[in-house]
Amino acid sequence: MTSESISVCGGSVSLLRTGTGEPLLVLPRDNGQAPDTTFLDLLAQQFTVYAPSLPGFHGSNDSDWKWLMNLRDIAVVVGQMVGALGLSRTNILGLGFGGWVAAELATMSPAMVQRLMLVAPMGIQPKNSYICDQFVISTESYARTAFEDQAKFDAIYAAEPAFSQLDAWETDREMTSRLAWKPYMYNITLPRLLGGVTAPALIVWGDADRVVPVECAALYKAALPNATLETMPGVGHAVDLEFPAALAATINAFCKNNPA
Amino acid sequence: MHLMYFTEQPMSAWDPESTALDEVSIGNGRKQRVTALMHSNRYFSSKEASRLYNERLEEYEVVDSLGFDGIMLNEHHTAPFCMSPRVNMFASILARITKNVKIVLLGNPLPIWDNPVHLAEELSIIDMISGGRLVSGFVRGGGVENIQANANPVYNRERFEEAHDLVIKAWTQPGPFRWEGKHYQYRVVNPWATPLQQPHPRIWIPGVASKETVVWAAEHRYPYIGLNTNFDVSQKIKDLYTTTAQASGYEPGPENFGQLLQCHVAETEEKAERNAREFMWMAGEFTGLAHPVWGSPTGYGSASNRQSLIEIAAGRRAMVKPPAINVRRMERTFIWGTPDHVIDQLKTVLDNNRVGILGLWGNDGKIDHKDSLSCINLMGKEVLPAIRDYAKELGLKDPFEANAPLGINDAAPVLA
Repeated sequence: MTSESISVCGGSVSLLRTGTGEPLLVLPRDNGQAPDTTFLDLLAQQFTVYAPSLPGFHGSNDSDWKWLMNLRDIAVVVGQMVGALGLSRTNILGLGFGGWVAAELATMSPAMVQRLMLVAPMGIQPKNSYICDQFVISTESYARTAFEDQAKFDAIYAAEPAFSQLDAWETDREMTSRLAWKPYMYNITLPRLLGGVTAPALIVWGDADRVVPVECAALYKAALPNATLETMPGVGHAVDLEFPAALAATINAFCKNNPA
Repeated sequence: MHLMYFTEQPMSAWDPESTALDEVSIGNGRKQRVTALMHSNRYFSSKEASRLYNERLEEYEVVDSLGFDGIMLNEHHTAPFCMSPRVNMFASILARITKNVKIVLLGNPLPIWDNPVHLAEELSIIDMISGGRLVSGFVRGGGVENIQANANPVYNRERFEEAHDLVIKAWTQPGPFRWEGKHYQYRVVNPWATPLQQPHPRIWIPGVASKETVVWAAEHRYPYIGLNTNFDVSQKIKDLYTTTAQASGYEPGPENFGQLLQCHVAETEEKAERNAREFMWMAGEFTGLAHPVWGSPTGYGSASNRQSLIEIAAGRRAMVKPPAINVRRMERTFIWGTPDHVIDQLKTVLDNNRVGILGLWGNDGKIDHKDSLSCINLMGKEVLPAIRDYAKELGLKDPFEANAPLGINDAAPVLA
């Protein structure tokens, strides 16, 4: 796994690159890249994985990105970053908030998307419940809400996460606030726009997700014309951290069933 | 010396001891009792509040009749410690029912206003009806205020500054004009309501010592009012304000500085002490008990406080507890007693802080209407004359006595 810095839109974003195979862009959640790379390592067995920090989130040079004002801004930056990597077409996997960025990017540049894979993405307003409001709880509480098994959280972040981790989450939260304060975590026009994304799409959702309610899975499936839905029973929001092997297997199977 | 009366207008019919208390999780199993934002309004009684609102108004009328220079009003939301969720409401009523006092708003939280032009209009009407008695303070609003209004804390300071500039322009430049800002945009700004005081009412800025706000106030030549700040903090504010003022080309005087402190007066020391304990009714907090991320949401606080805010939010570091009542008395941020005792103590405050504006937070908690009126009467009849004389000896003039400029680019206001 190598780390590099990409310049785009006058700012810099750091990127992890690993593996060989078809390109796969992996966009992280709103609390950034996790210290555990098991999931990326598994993906690297099948793909050339490009895993950037989102602009303004920890790992990027956050002072470069304070001008971003909404989710589409960041999707445009990610799209230009894909171009800067020399990729005209790529698989895109988005986790949670990164899934929303991926979905917006796909609506802007459908031809860029080989396959779209979304794991419990924000972006569509739930009809009967709400997306967990991170702004009224601590960053640590929010990160823990993504886990069904708190012991797994403890194993990855420690029972008392280090100050450097709390500081990183604070950076992430400030950027999230810039992009998604209001309306919180959805774009009312996204479902209609997703109708133009014809690439094969995979939606994965844990039905015990306490961050983005699982009812949004059906809304995404209805919005995307060529989507497959996989629901994981008893699983929370951070599927990639709690069940990396199961999620990687689901992704590999989906790609095999939908050849390039 | 501008002497103004203040109360937070507590919803004192709510009993913090007898009702079930709401708790929230801070993280990692820690709980925090809360009395703001998420503290359910099922504990609010409109019947009791109806009585309390009218008692406060009656008290303000007495304040007006006793020679106070001003009534200071403020605004808070979603919490029992303050029943005034829109400062302009009480200001509007006082504009009509009082005759003498300045109506000092400290203040309107600019960032939570989505329409600063409407704010400019409301304030103009208050100024006109009151006959030019409005002092229009502005604040950033606490974290809770911003969250309940859904105003993005990341843009709090930007919105504060842009809304301020827009209000001033709406007051001073004939319309119609356009406003195309970052946070506010208008095709037409053309309010048919402008202030009686020209070019506009005085602007005072209250705060608890946020460096950025002190600097901003000094750059604009607006008086800065320290809210319950002790001598050390007040001196730091004064130093920073003075340095900034000098860099901006003027020398500040007492008319540029103010101080709010808790001050309860009663006929006997025993009664004063008993009532003083009411000020501690919410664990001594000024703005309710809240989850730390409500009080200081990400992006709201100063960058220099980042580390401590992060640690507090995660429950790693205890929240800064408000000073105990005996500490307040020692630091003279809280003075209580008979008129003679209070006069002595206030003289010490003036000796040290040399402010031209003094806010006396007279009543809080469950101090009842009768004792509130008694405090107001003793203040007005005994404390105020003595303090006024003493301030004269010390040469402490307020902005009106000093005929101080309105701002960095304006002379003192005159009535239209």
